[in-house]
Amino acid sequence: MDAATPLFRMEGISKRYGGVRALEKADLTVTAGGIHAILGENGAGKSTLIKIMAGVVAPDEGTMTLDGREVSFASPAAANQAGIVCIFQELSLIPELSVADNIVISDPPKRFGMIDRKAQRRIAEEALARAGASDIHPRALVKDLPLSRRQMVEIAKALARKPRILILDEATSALTAADVAKVFEVLKRLRSEGLALLYISHRMNEIAELADHCTVFRNGRNVASYPAGSKSDNEVVELMIGREYSHIFPPKPGPTAAATTVLEARNLSWADRLDNISLSVKAGEVVGLGGLDGQGQRELLLAFFGVLRGLSGEILIDGKPVSIASPTAASHGRIGMALIPEDRKTEGLMLPMTVRENLSFAALDRLSKAGIIDRAAEQRLIDDMVGLLAIKTAGLDIPVGALSGGNQQKVVIAKWLMRQPRIILLNDPTRGIDVGTKQELYQLMRKLADAGAAILFYSTDYDELIGCCDRVLVLYDGAVKRELVGAEITEHALIASALNIHGEGAGPRQGAGA
Amino acid sequence: MKDWRYWLAEQRGTLLAFGIFIVMFAIYSANHPAGFTANVVQTAANKGVLLAFVAMAQTLVVITAGIDLSVGMIFTLTNCMASWLVIGTGLETAFGVLAVLGTGLLCGAVNGAIVIYGRLQPIVATIATGAVFFGLALLLRPVPGGSVNEDLADFLTGRFFGVVPASLVSLLVIVLVVWVPFSRSEFGRAAYAAGSSETAAYMSGVPIRRGKFLAYTLAGLLAAIGGLFLTFFTYTGEAAYASGNAYTLFSIAAVVLGGVSLFGGKGSAIGAIFGALAFRTIGDLLFVFDFDPLWQPLFQGVILLIAVSLGAFALFRVRNRLEWFL
Repeated sequence: MDAATPLFRMEGISKRYGGVRALEKADLTVTAGGIHAILGENGAGKSTLIKIMAGVVAPDEGTMTLDGREVSFASPAAANQAGIVCIFQELSLIPELSVADNIVISDPPKRFGMIDRKAQRRIAEEALARAGASDIHPRALVKDLPLSRRQMVEIAKALARKPRILILDEATSALTAADVAKVFEVLKRLRSEGLALLYISHRMNEIAELADHCTVFRNGRNVASYPAGSKSDNEVVELMIGREYSHIFPPKPGPTAAATTVLEARNLSWADRLDNISLSVKAGEVVGLGGLDGQGQRELLLAFFGVLRGLSGEILIDGKPVSIASPTAASHGRIGMALIPEDRKTEGLMLPMTVRENLSFAALDRLSKAGIIDRAAEQRLIDDMVGLLAIKTAGLDIPVGALSGGNQQKVVIAKWLMRQPRIILLNDPTRGIDVGTKQELYQLMRKLADAGAAILFYSTDYDELIGCCDRVLVLYDGAVKRELVGAEITEHALIASALNIHGEGAGPRQGAGA
Repeated sequence: MKDWRYWLAEQRGTLLAFGIFIVMFAIYSANHPAGFTANVVQTAANKGVLLAFVAMAQTLVVITAGIDLSVGMIFTLTNCMASWLVIGTGLETAFGVLAVLGTGLLCGAVNGAIVIYGRLQPIVATIATGAVFFGLALLLRPVPGGSVNEDLADFLTGRFFGVVPASLVSLLVIVLVVWVPFSRSEFGRAAYAAGSSETAAYMSGVPIRRGKFLAYTLAGLLAAIGGLFLTFFTYTGEAAYASGNAYTLFSIAAVVLGGVSLFGGKGSAIGAIFGALAFRTIGDLLFVFDFDPLWQPLFQGVILLIAVSLGAFALFRVRNRLEWFL
């Protein structure tokens, strides 16, 4: 590997989103003819880093140099032109267009001003062949392809642009084992052709097989850079640990034996996203869902809440099997379930409507008599909630969109508490809110549990899982890989099991599907 | 799978609209007292092409996941203009035609600029511009009147070689000159891409804005061609509010019948043309079966509802209920 002149270099890159620091003076050096792996836990800054490289977001400070010249990218198209092509985790394919249309989308071949369909077909076939996906028909519509095929198209599309630096962000997450093997061959060939590859993956075995060089990110900084294979898995996990502890958590009450099981799942499976999941949550218990982002946690919560169709397996409430057909059914009657969604802007709130209206939506049936809303009862309940959660608002009749992120999230939670739910599902509720509000939410969660609620809590922040949960179930590929109880919940154990590394006795404890 | 099967899948909406139209037209001409004659075809064609042009205009905008509620008013405005300008010597007439088409382009460009650069929702922007266009039409023709170069009008609404309706040939020429190049150009593809998934298109470096702008502008042009033909058929200009609105609404109906998705990114103007012709034939069918004309809106509504419902079956296969709302 010729390391004399780096192809691409980032120096002192910082980026903030609102008050949240995503990258802090990060550096990265990329050399041609090598595969460079980037590691880090959720929120370590990897995604922001590559978004900056690919021209999707602009850095607040810092410089980027390509071939020794300083560059900046105003758009993804500008980065493409400079030879930097990124295969994003969220697919960038256009569903209603054909595979060939998509592959040439950024620079279609033209004749007499019109797209030359024959040339397009040829380019597409070549690119698919290079990506090892000749089985995909260039005329097929992208929306008709399964996810793993789409990811192969995405790779072919990137190759058709003749990149000098190719970034793969979790590009293999949806692929089958056979496809992964093909993609690896392709990547190794590209490396020998002199491309620089940046490879972001949570799969340690993939990194071990592919990478020449590794860089670990933590808290928005690059903390270590080393040649691949020079550190053990455990050393890597140690490098990834070290999050700054800034939260104060309420004390846990410790094990209570007598409580009854409220929510239970037996062998729950759905499409290829949930794989034979069994779990139970007792009254007064906070059970965490851990693991890397996108391993089925969100789907699991949606399954409980009656959003998914075609579930197999059983859901039991108070030990009795139930079938939950909709969120209305989940929240009403004796089930009494509430889901605090992850994206409060689309799934939690009607932003232009008032705080008052948003608070009462989920409880309107309880507040009305013969279909007419009892304003006095509504006001009483709303006052209770605003007091309980200390929602800071200039009034109940201003649009909820005018509140700060933390207070918006409190409104979402208060809205569901108005129904006095017995089962509370939380989907990463603290994402993007300030530390003060986070702490209030931790206190609230514990208070609700003490009052007898059963809580299932998904968080991408391991610190929260350690601080808040009585038990944590770690998901990987849609299955529960490990259950951590009490003192076992450590950052090391969480990260190791999230990466599905079996070390230090980290084998599956409670065989809930493998 | 073979290539032709993919072709079939791509053209399904268009072929379905074609099939519906053929069946309806066959029933119509079989029951017509005069039968399937050149005269019957010519009359049907002349009635059909007006809506076909406006439906093509609507298609371009709907492909970008927008909607143009001003097409009917551009159609009306250009009709009023043509009744002033498309007259006199050959040169004067030619100038008049160019001025009318230029006005259509300008109207479409205004819509596009407001929607794309002003970032207003298409529905609101085009309601407003539609009202403006109608206001201008009213200033031009406070009362119906005017005239048109009758030689040109008769030529374009008559028959070639005694059998082929000239209006249908004109429609074909416009398809070849406007729609085919657009749909096969980079900007046409950008319009489709923006309609299908604007974020994915942006991430892929597609010229979204230029594609959408071109779609809106050409929509204005096509509506103006419709307005021109209206003048050729009626020999007058009239700022008719009800008719302008009816064309807007029928154009949406024709687009849906023609297999163009209102969610954007899918469909073809050819399908919309057959949708328009089929929609027009509903009225004719009622005529040959001696139904009271009062039944026409009811029947058109029922046929439209049935056609739209066909598209909703896909929702039964959705396994994550949140996808219903995407």
